[in-house]
Amino acid sequence: METHEKIIRDLVPKEFSKKDIIWIISLIVIIVVGLVAYIDQLIKGQEVTNMRDYALWGIYISNFVFFVATSFVGSVTVAVLRLTNNSWRTPLVRIAEIISVAAIIMAGITIMIDMARPDRLLNLFIHARLQSPITWDVIIIPTYIVISLLLLYFPLLPDFAILKKRLEKKNPRLSKLYGKLSLNWTGSKAQKLLQEKSIRIIAIMIIPVGLLLQTIDAWLFSTTYRIGWDSTNFAPYFISGAFVAGLGALVTVIYIVRKTKKLENYITDYHFDKLGKFLALACLTYLYFNINEYLIPLFTAKKGESIHLETLFTGSYSVIFWLVTVVGLILPIVVLLFKKGRKPRPMFYIGLIVVIGSWWKRFVIVTPTLLHPFLPIQGVPESWHHYFPSLHEWLITFATLAMALLIITFCIRFLPVIPIQRTIDEFKQQQHIDKGIKS
Amino acid sequence: MEENTNKTSRRKFLNKGLKIGLATAIGGFGLSKLNSKLTAKTTVDSDETIELMTTDGVLIQVDSSEVVEVKHSQSHDDKYNVREGMANRKFVMVVDLAKCKNALKCQNACNKHHYITGDNAWLKVYKMQEEQDTAPYWMPMMCMHCDQPACVTVCPVDATFKRKDGLVLIDNDRCIGCRFCMAACPYSTRVFNWGEPGQEVTLNMEMTNHMPSPEHAGMPSIKGTVDKCDFCPHAIDKGELPHCVSACPNGVFYFGDKYEDTVTNGDETVRLSKLLEEKSGYRLMESLGTSPSVYYLPPVDRLVDFKDGLEDFKEFESVEKSE
Repeated sequence: METHEKIIRDLVPKEFSKKDIIWIISLIVIIVVGLVAYIDQLIKGQEVTNMRDYALWGIYISNFVFFVATSFVGSVTVAVLRLTNNSWRTPLVRIAEIISVAAIIMAGITIMIDMARPDRLLNLFIHARLQSPITWDVIIIPTYIVISLLLLYFPLLPDFAILKKRLEKKNPRLSKLYGKLSLNWTGSKAQKLLQEKSIRIIAIMIIPVGLLLQTIDAWLFSTTYRIGWDSTNFAPYFISGAFVAGLGALVTVIYIVRKTKKLENYITDYHFDKLGKFLALACLTYLYFNINEYLIPLFTAKKGESIHLETLFTGSYSVIFWLVTVVGLILPIVVLLFKKGRKPRPMFYIGLIVVIGSWWKRFVIVTPTLLHPFLPIQGVPESWHHYFPSLHEWLITFATLAMALLIITFCIRFLPVIPIQRTIDEFKQQQHIDKGIKS
Repeated sequence: MEENTNKTSRRKFLNKGLKIGLATAIGGFGLSKLNSKLTAKTTVDSDETIELMTTDGVLIQVDSSEVVEVKHSQSHDDKYNVREGMANRKFVMVVDLAKCKNALKCQNACNKHHYITGDNAWLKVYKMQEEQDTAPYWMPMMCMHCDQPACVTVCPVDATFKRKDGLVLIDNDRCIGCRFCMAACPYSTRVFNWGEPGQEVTLNMEMTNHMPSPEHAGMPSIKGTVDKCDFCPHAIDKGELPHCVSACPNGVFYFGDKYEDTVTNGDETVRLSKLLEEKSGYRLMESLGTSPSVYYLPPVDRLVDFKDGLEDFKEFESVEKSE
C-alpha cells in the first residue's frame, strides 16, 4: 500500500515552480507579440509578409505542415504501441497524447493565419466543394482533433478519480472539477471493461485517420502540377516524415518533463533506449523516401526537375537542404545506432535536432518549388525571385510554436504526465509475478 | 430485467415509428405524382391537328394539344446568370507570335482598363528562348481560360468558376485568399492583392453606378483576393473586343467564338479552324491536359526583328507606376 501512496505522490501534477512561472510568462510574451503582429497583418493585409505572387506560400504553410506532422505522434506511439502490446509505452503515452492534441489544434489555427480573408472562414462550409483538397483538410483536421482529445481523455478517467480524492481537502474546487471530469469513475469491473473497449476502438480509429491526415496534407501539394510537388511518392514521404517529427518532439519533451518533474524512476534509460530504436527506425524509413524523392528525378533529369534539384543540391537552398538532410536526418541515424547514443542526454539533443530539422525540412519542401514555375519569372520586382520570411511572419510563427508549448505546459500542470492507475496496476502485476517466482 | 424490457419496447416503438414515417413519406410522394399525371391527362383531349415542319424540312401533323409554346432563348437575358455566361458561345483567342514585337500596348491597355495597381500585370509579354541554339521570341501570356482548369478544381469555395462560354472568372466577394489556385495554375497567371489595392486615384470616377461583377475584374480589386485576366466579358457585352486585342498595333491577338469558327484581330476576320491549320496553331503545355482556350501561332516568317522589342523589355516591371 505504501508503494501505491508513493506512486501517487510522485505522479500527481505539481503546482508551478518559480522556473515554470518564468517559462510561462516568456511564452505569453512571445504569444502577445505574435498576436500584435497578426493584428497588424489583418489590418494591412498580407503585404506585411514576404510572400508574393511567385512565392505564394511561405512559412505559414510549412509551419502548418510541421504541426500536422508532429501531431502524428499520438497515432504512432499510443495506438500502434498499444495494439502491438508494447508495455514500455506506459510512461510515454500520456505525453505523446498531449503533444498530439497541442500540435493538431495549432495546425488548425496556423492554417487560418495563412488565409488572407479569415473573415470569410464560413465560406469553407457554406460554399464547400468536395473536390478541393482544402475541403478534405477541413473535414479531417477537426475529426483528428476530436479523436485525439478522446484518446487523451478516456485513459485519464481513473486518474481523475484519484486526483479528486487526493485534492479534496487541499483544493476543493479543483477536486470538484476532477470529479466531474472523472465521470463518476469508481473502478468497477463494468466500468473498466467499458473503458478498455472504448480506448481500443479509438486506438484503432486513430490510425487510419492519422494516416489520412498526413496523406491529405501531402495531397495539398501533390495535386498540383508543380515540379517538386507533383510526385506519387508524396503521401508516404509525408507519413514517414511525420513519424520522425512526432517522435523527435516526444523525445525532447519527455526528457525535459523527466528532468523538471524528477521522474527518473519512472522514465528510465530503458525507455529512452526503446524510444531511440523507434526513432532510428523512423529516420531510416524517412531516409528511404527521401532517396526516392530526390534521386529518382535526378536519374531521369527532366529539365524542370534538374533545375529544381540543382537549387537544392548546389544552389540558393543548398545550405538548408544539406543541414536538414545530413544533420537533421543522417546524423541522428548514426548516433542512434549506438547504445550510448540512446542514453537520455544524447537522445535529448538528437530529439531537438530532429525537431528543428523537421521544421526546416518543411520549408525546403514548400518554398523552392514555388520559385521554379513552368514559365520564367519576368515582369515582377527583383525581390520576388527569392523568399525569406519577414519579421511579421517570424513573430507570428514563433507565437504559434509558443502557443503549442503553452498548451503542453498547462496539460502537464493539470494532468498526470504518467498514467497513475496504470502504473499502479503494472506494479501490482509485477509483484504478483515476483511472488509467484518466490513460492 | 425491468429495464431491459423497457429498452426493447422503446426500440420497437422507434423502429415502428420510423417505418410508418417512411411509408407515409413515400405514399405522399406517390400520390402527388399520380395526381399530377391525372391532371396532365385531362388537358390532352382535343382532336384538332396542326401541321409543323421539323428541322429536317419534313412536314408532320401533330395533335394541337401536344403543341406547347417554348420559351424563346431570348428570355435568358432577363435572368442572366453570371456563373453560366453568355448562351451558346465559346470564346477563344489566337496569339500570332510571328507578329509580336513586344510593343506592350496590350499590357498598357489591360493595366489601364482593369485598374491594375500591383506589381504584376495580368498580361505579360515573356522574352522566350527555349535553348541557346533556338530563336528567341516574344510571347504574350494571359489567362488561358482552360477547359480543364486546375485552379477551379482546387478552389475550396467555388470562388473561381468555369462558365459555359469558356471563361474562367473569379468571384472576389467569395474568395478566402488561400492562394491554392495560384499554386495549381501552371501558367503563373494569377495575381494576388497582398495589400489594399489602392485604386482610389484611378477608379473613383468610374465607380459611380457600377455594380462590381466577376465580368469586370479589377473594378474594384479586393484586398486578400486573387485577380487575373477575365477575357473582358464587359467589352464583349458591348460588342467590343478585349482591350489587349484592340490595343495591339500589330494585330497579334485574334479573338472570337469557337462555335462560329471565326476570330478577328480588329483588322481582319478569319476562320479559326483555317487559321490554326494553315499556321500550325498549338496550345501551351498541351501535355498537362489543361486544354487552354488560347492558341498560339509559331513565330515563323517574322516581319519584325526580335531585337526591336528589347527596347521596351523590362525584366522587373510590368505595371508602370504613375508617380
